[in-house]
Amino acid sequence: MMTGISANRETLYAFTMHTRHPIMENLDRLVACRSCDLLLDRVIPPPGKISRCPRCHHPLISNKRSVIDNTLAAAVSTAILMTAAIYFPFISLAEAGLSRDASVMDAIGAFSEGWSAPLTIAVAAFIVVIPVLRAVALIYALLPLRLGNPPAKGAARSFRLAMALKPWSMAEIFIVGVAVALVKVTDLADVSLGPSFWAFAALMLIVVFENKTLCEWTIWRLLDPKRR
Amino acid sequence: MRMDDMAASGPQKTITARKAGLVSCGGCGTLAPLGQHRCDRCEATLHSRRPDAEQRVWAWLVAGIILYIPANLYPMLVTRTFGQVQEGTIIGGAIELIEYGAWFVAFVVIFASVVIPVAKFVAIAALILGVRNGSRLSAHRRMQLYEVTEFIGRWSMIDVFVVAILTALVQLGFIASINPGPAAVCFALSVVFTMLSAQSFDPRLIWDSIEEHRARGRT
Repeated sequence: MMTGISANRETLYAFTMHTRHPIMENLDRLVACRSCDLLLDRVIPPPGKISRCPRCHHPLISNKRSVIDNTLAAAVSTAILMTAAIYFPFISLAEAGLSRDASVMDAIGAFSEGWSAPLTIAVAAFIVVIPVLRAVALIYALLPLRLGNPPAKGAARSFRLAMALKPWSMAEIFIVGVAVALVKVTDLADVSLGPSFWAFAALMLIVVFENKTLCEWTIWRLLDPKRR
Repeated sequence: MRMDDMAASGPQKTITARKAGLVSCGGCGTLAPLGQHRCDRCEATLHSRRPDAEQRVWAWLVAGIILYIPANLYPMLVTRTFGQVQEGTIIGGAIELIEYGAWFVAFVVIFASVVIPVAKFVAIAALILGVRNGSRLSAHRRMQLYEVTEFIGRWSMIDVFVVAILTALVQLGFIASINPGPAAVCFALSVVFTMLSAQSFDPRLIWDSIEEHRARGRT
């Protein structure tokens, strides 16, 4: 359980006001809530538990097992599935003797005509480029740790990039969009789903898995050169 | 002090990193003395609060709202079947789904393309106004509002992807073909701008403003 620093709050305040030294030397023993800036004693919760900020209930530290392994597993699977998703057929449509295969690339190219062309770049980024970039950044940052080596040069920047890009990685939203589109089309024609569709469906599960297993705080601590 | 006591004693006795002369890194959460420019651990630029939050939130929000108007007026999809051209707006597409009997999917589309964006505009405006003027909602409610807004905003992109996949798939020449309308770009931009607006907001301002109001009340 996370406890406030109230016991020594007055002394702490005095330190910062006058000497500034003791608190600066003990920064490792403190943690600030990233959501409300409350300063707290750093207490690592028991395995499998999440500690929350007592004021705003935002998660602080989750002590999850094999964070590195799980995050790496998610990143490697994302990279492999995305490669498969690009090369294999996605969906095909057949009606009155005519048929049409659409790959993920065709979906990306859907806006390439006329003045909506920039949207092509955005769609490509949201559903393929950013998910892959995140996977590569995570592998680059975490693989050396997994192998017992010190973090690679720029590992911290790389992990920070992966976290900053998270909201813009939309593979799981894309597959829901596809499901909606299929409902509209199934009345018009026969639709068959290719391996790429299932690869994207699996990507959606990996996103959920990553959200469940990744603890930023833990990874940042492992990436810290001072702790090595 | 136990966590329960903390909650019971209220936030007036709490100390923030900023008050303690510290800044927590927006990238990795490491604490550093206030005034330090760059984080030692992840090399991110340090800010005690996200810079110019109010202006940035408003700028992106207004841009998002403006683009949402053409996104609803112009067609999202242009369908050609046997030479007949049919233009469908966002709302029109959902009504069409209801006519097919696909209630659930129609609900998803309306929720993602109408309810979420509009609710998001209102929520972000309420949050940023609440920081300046105080709010009838408690800090916890506003915090939840912020978290939901941040989490759910990206799901509005569904409709853009629906258009993308329909365009890619339905290209059967004379029988049927679907192409994107001008609303698709407006809608995508509106979603992106609103996401940027939500990201510019700093939830710490909610708690700061409560402390300030309390301090002002005391003097």
